[in-house]
Amino acid sequence: MADLIYRVNMTNLSFKIEEVPEEWLGLGGRALTSTIVAKEVDPECHPLGPNNKLVFAPGLLSGTSASNSGRNSCGAKSPLTGGIKESNVGGTSAGIMSKLGVKALIIEGLPKNEEMFYQLHVTKNNVEFIEVPELVGLDNYAVLDAMAAKYDKKVAVMSIGRVGEMRMNLANISVKDPSGKLRSHGRGGLGAVMGSKKIKCITVDAENYKEVTIADPEKFKEASKIFTKALQENPISGEGLPAFGTNVLVNILNEAGGLPTRNFRAGNWEFAENICGETMAENIKARGGKTTHGCHAGCVIQCSQVYNDKDGNYLTSGFEYETIWALGANFGIKDLDLIAKIDGLMDDLGVDSIETSVTLGLAVDAGILAYGDGEKAYELLSKDLPNGTPIGRIIGSGTHILGKLYGLVRVPTVKGQGIPAYEPRAVKGQGITYATTPMGADHTAGYAVATNILNSGGYVDPLKKEGQVELARNLQIATAAVDSTGMCIFVAFPALDDPKCLPALVDMINARFGCNLSIDDVVNLGKTILKREHEFNIKAGLGKADDRLPEFMKYETLPPHNVVWDFSGEEIDEFWNF
Amino acid sequence: MRILVKLFAQYREGRFKTEYKEYPEETTPQIIIDALHLEEVSPLGVLMVNGKHVEASYPLQEGDSIALFPKVGGG
Repeated sequence: MADLIYRVNMTNLSFKIEEVPEEWLGLGGRALTSTIVAKEVDPECHPLGPNNKLVFAPGLLSGTSASNSGRNSCGAKSPLTGGIKESNVGGTSAGIMSKLGVKALIIEGLPKNEEMFYQLHVTKNNVEFIEVPELVGLDNYAVLDAMAAKYDKKVAVMSIGRVGEMRMNLANISVKDPSGKLRSHGRGGLGAVMGSKKIKCITVDAENYKEVTIADPEKFKEASKIFTKALQENPISGEGLPAFGTNVLVNILNEAGGLPTRNFRAGNWEFAENICGETMAENIKARGGKTTHGCHAGCVIQCSQVYNDKDGNYLTSGFEYETIWALGANFGIKDLDLIAKIDGLMDDLGVDSIETSVTLGLAVDAGILAYGDGEKAYELLSKDLPNGTPIGRIIGSGTHILGKLYGLVRVPTVKGQGIPAYEPRAVKGQGITYATTPMGADHTAGYAVATNILNSGGYVDPLKKEGQVELARNLQIATAAVDSTGMCIFVAFPALDDPKCLPALVDMINARFGCNLSIDDVVNLGKTILKREHEFNIKAGLGKADDRLPEFMKYETLPPHNVVWDFSGEEIDEFWNF
Repeated sequence: MRILVKLFAQYREGRFKTEYKEYPEETTPQIIIDALHLEEVSPLGVLMVNGKHVEASYPLQEGDSIALFPKVGGG
């Protein structure tokens, strides 16, 4: 049976199933969420009002046996950026939705009863609306426990914590992973959109699904084998990522002078060794955690990990470079265990660990916290934030609003979203991505670090302007396409360097749907999606002046290379010339 | 001449993290890489001298700091 669109209306608590319109048939993941948002959401609407829609769509290959295909996309107009948002996640939701035949879940409207929160339970051909007053005021792990008690343990869960109920910009949508821990649709305040629609959690039935149908199983198997081999044989996806996780980047960015430190005042940090991936791997080995762990079934890269404290008790998993950087070099915590404890707390609260931690870095300049005072930060996040005290709500508004409230100038945001982990002045290709991506400052949108710093896909000097616009453009186009397949973005490393990888990916899509796409078709899909998102943003009021980095980066020199951001507006705008 | 050698990721195993080492004049990064048998562990990913990417034939100077990484990635 063909996949279907599940459409939920929260205003009258109704549900209908729709055939997939022809123009959406070849779309999945980000391509589908962005297309639906662009078509159905008024770009001028209030992101938390009745006219925004929250859309979930698994990738084209999700639910199949293809390695690393378990990403689910969530899209809406973002309350953080005021523009279009797509945020994708591992966990179990993509695979289970695909196997149920849900091509997309579109949630629209707001309930009339403002007091009530609901659970949506998605089953084959149905969505139940369940009133859940007992879950209100709980954070994510308590919601997972409640759902595990109610359904089969494999049930997919997407939930928000108290911060999402209060519709704060930091709120993410958390998704259960295969080991019962959490992954996040992290960026852009999508948890606030879910909170505005009064949805505490969405569960997807994992008991009655069927395996996805494959048009040409033999061809699929063959392409899948080649693709998996490319992932396993690449030194980055096959060796580096499993051994050290993404946190291996601390030392390399520190060495390159691109590790933002003390709220973007310098490009390296004297305590990098305390928090780096090598230290993390040593701790895990000594304490009995796991250096390898997959965020979704079918992951062969296993970049995630389980990180325990000195006594061997669980602290966190999915412990990523960007979070560790933000709480470490940028906010100043020198103790990796304390960073892990805060990371675990942020999972439970359901807040974006990047936006939250960049906000803490700025909170030092605001005089709210002392640099490196992790204990106080923990208290602020565990007490003030989820209880919605005035200071909790100020922090909960994110970096950009905190900067405005305290009259600060060194505010590291683009389109209102906090800049992650890679200094644009010293990694200039990444700066172009931050400036131009329709998502606001998002490192995953076009990871120029690969070619600026890691020698993947060639080399473009990170400190020079030459070639950066073209690099960021090509990467953003490719990423928009990859984000539509359900693939983890780390397939980009073998795709950049192994000529067998990308054709195998396209062959899998062709074999799954019985179509005949070329690599050019897939690249063109990336271009179309990127332009569609850009057009939405323009209609939402985000113009060229929003495709800019914060002004302080033009006149504050960044040590150790003593560089500034030196692109003119015209040079940046060249990005959209394709 | 005195060079600060920094090793990262798998290159550290059985070797060191950072050490000052004496080398004859005209030593290149490639000579250091070979002497430490690094590429037997994993292919070289990134080579920086004083925080900047350079070629393996770069002419090292007294007091330089060299950083050696296998192929790594993240994001």
